[in-house]
Amino acid sequence: MKKFFKKGSFGESMVSMTSLGLAIGVMMTVGLLLLILVKGFESFWPKPIYEITLKQPDANVSIGSSLFGQKISLKENKSFENKQTEWQFFIGNRELYGASFKYITQENITHLKRAKNTINLERLEYGRLLGVPLYLEWYDGKKLEYGSADFAKSFKEELHHVEGLRKKLLQIEKKEMGRLSEGITNNKDEIKRLEYLQEKEGIDYSLQISELEEGIKYNQSQFLGLEEQTAKLRKGQHRSTLHYALASGEQHKIEVAEIIRYYYPNQMNIFEKIGHFCSSFWYFLSENPREANTEGGVFPAIFGTFLMTILMSILVMPFGVIAAIYLREYAKQGFLVRAVRISVNNLAGVPSIVFGLFGVGFFIYGLGGNLDDLLYPWRSGVPTWGKGGIMWAALTLALMTLPVVIVATEEALSAVPRGVREAALACGASKWQTIQRIVLPSAAPGIMTGLILAMARGAGEVAPLMLVGVVKFAPELPVGTEWPFGLNQSFMHLGFHIYDLGFQSPDSEAAKPMVFATTFLLIMLVVILNLFAIKIRSHLSKKYGSSGF
Amino acid sequence: MSTVTKNSFIKVNDFNFWYGNSQALFDINLDIKEKEILALIGPSGCGKSTLLRNLNRMNDLIDGVHHTGDIVLDGQSLYDPKVEVISLRKRVGMVFQKYNPFAKSIYENVVFSLRVAGHNNKSELNEVVERALIGAGLWDEVKDRVHDSAYSLSGGQMQRLCIARAIANRPQVLLMDEPCAALDPIATLKIEQLMMELKKEFTIVIVTHNLQQGARCSDKTAFLYQGKVIEHGETKQIYNQPTQQKTVDYITGRFS
Repeated sequence: MKKFFKKGSFGESMVSMTSLGLAIGVMMTVGLLLLILVKGFESFWPKPIYEITLKQPDANVSIGSSLFGQKISLKENKSFENKQTEWQFFIGNRELYGASFKYITQENITHLKRAKNTINLERLEYGRLLGVPLYLEWYDGKKLEYGSADFAKSFKEELHHVEGLRKKLLQIEKKEMGRLSEGITNNKDEIKRLEYLQEKEGIDYSLQISELEEGIKYNQSQFLGLEEQTAKLRKGQHRSTLHYALASGEQHKIEVAEIIRYYYPNQMNIFEKIGHFCSSFWYFLSENPREANTEGGVFPAIFGTFLMTILMSILVMPFGVIAAIYLREYAKQGFLVRAVRISVNNLAGVPSIVFGLFGVGFFIYGLGGNLDDLLYPWRSGVPTWGKGGIMWAALTLALMTLPVVIVATEEALSAVPRGVREAALACGASKWQTIQRIVLPSAAPGIMTGLILAMARGAGEVAPLMLVGVVKFAPELPVGTEWPFGLNQSFMHLGFHIYDLGFQSPDSEAAKPMVFATTFLLIMLVVILNLFAIKIRSHLSKKYGSSGF
Repeated sequence: MSTVTKNSFIKVNDFNFWYGNSQALFDINLDIKEKEILALIGPSGCGKSTLLRNLNRMNDLIDGVHHTGDIVLDGQSLYDPKVEVISLRKRVGMVFQKYNPFAKSIYENVVFSLRVAGHNNKSELNEVVERALIGAGLWDEVKDRVHDSAYSLSGGQMQRLCIARAIANRPQVLLMDEPCAALDPIATLKIEQLMMELKKEFTIVIVTHNLQQGARCSDKTAFLYQGKVIEHGETKQIYNQPTQQKTVDYITGRFS
């Protein structure tokens, strides 16, 4: 035992202990991140499609004795006497099979085959389709078999045609028809307002009202015209059908207009697979969700999280810094100031859902309701500000992260050495000039740390958001071109999206990979925002750093 | 104990000063003529820095201080309610024991007092920078890199920068609190030579622990002990023919 201690001077063992602690912490963090990464990205990698032949035919007629499936995971059931291993397969074809995932025991599988022509097809409804394409049929009767040389090219062309029309439809519906509807809504609102004023003040606005009604009628006729256009475009989309077969041999068909994209996983080489992986991930980032958030992308949630975090930071920084400056620099240090400081610090421990309740009560019903009564009395019953929105959410979270900013700023301010303050005052600067020109720049890196902590805390909170403006699905992004610039709109949030996918979706298995991928995205978003703030902090540190002696 | 002369520029009258309940200065009576260097000497804790810091009311920053008596600068009491402390500090500059340049460029350090007074005219500022840096004996060394960070200078240069900063606004009085305490002998010598030049333009009050420095540089010396002025007079007289026993003991080094 003595030899053990003699080897190095006492205390060296502490180095090992502390490094062990750090190593465990780092391993846990990295391990967690890797787990999320791997599980999340699993779904983007193109897996091969097997044709599974069963010993015992399934109850579902469409399945019978064989079906297509992609291997997801292996489960060992140790509860049975003879250890049973079960494979989880992704089988798609939800409208025919009843569910997208299926557990098949190893014993039930006679053999697995991989055919080159199995297709994995993403469509507008019912998730994905796994099958074997047979032929393309046009409305004019033309047919093109899968085996023929032109099939691939024609199929691509048809899809391209459908895509182009889809884009045009989106343009017309979202932009032009959207603008017309907005105009109608605005006019209707204006009419209500004038009617309200008429009643209240007795001034006659009937001229303006009839003008506005004319405007509405004009927009409505334009709208009808556009509807005709879109109907024509839709008809143009529906000109071909793809006929395919399931593994059991059952034949079905799908309009090409319903198809989004497709791939043949068994035909892809490694480069194509990597390319598919990257593009899948990109679609995940940039598309809107479909089918109750179980399909499609998460773009609105990314945007909502990003916008809300930025708004929250803009709101919390000025208040936090100013409050900290007063507490540290101006207030007479006595019992009252100490009490305030302790209360601020304890605010950081209040459960976030309480902040959510405060947000609902004070901001939404209190402020929002009163604003509505004051500004929009003619919109009785339809709340403009008196409902959840991104502005109230940002304010609520700003309040929640305020203590973090105040504490960090106070620390940074008290770390500015007394010498430079005295020098500034001796030069004839007033107290505020000293703070503004000398103390704040020197404390800026510490203040940025406060911002980083606040952003990290705020971006990850979900409970308060559920009460103040986050929804499962928002039809549009919370931005607008005119007042109130979308600030009173509900929005989507990555944190809430994770909860929604994990616990409130109809098919939890289908949602599982998306939960992990969304978690990864949320972590990445916070990391990116933090990196940005860290960069600003190091820039400020170099510029104003009070080290140098 | 005190020699009252005509044309006193700064006059300290029966000045008593308390930090809270403990009294730091007792019945201080001093007067300082214009454009002379007064050295305040004495053992640690005798009140030299306290007295110095009262001359530009830096002690106002500390809680719980109060005083009786008065300090008169150029005919006006420092504590007159009409006097604004900020404008007072523009007329009375200060150089501290540990050099404390701001985390800005050399240029910005020097013009700081002008900027806070509202002068932002570039040509005016350039002129001031040159004059102040020449006056501080730093111009030749930094004239090519006046926009570099102040932290790129050596210790002695930084202290001279602080002197430049203090004289930029042309104060009437320059207070120096042990300015060479943190410097090596060569830098100290440079600062002492500087003071002889500065004396031509400013009234200087310097607190120093270095008796040789006091003897070399000052015209008048005041010896403080435990908050009281023991002796005040011409430097030559204090060092060669001190009248008080305590002065003798201090100067000969029996206590320090």
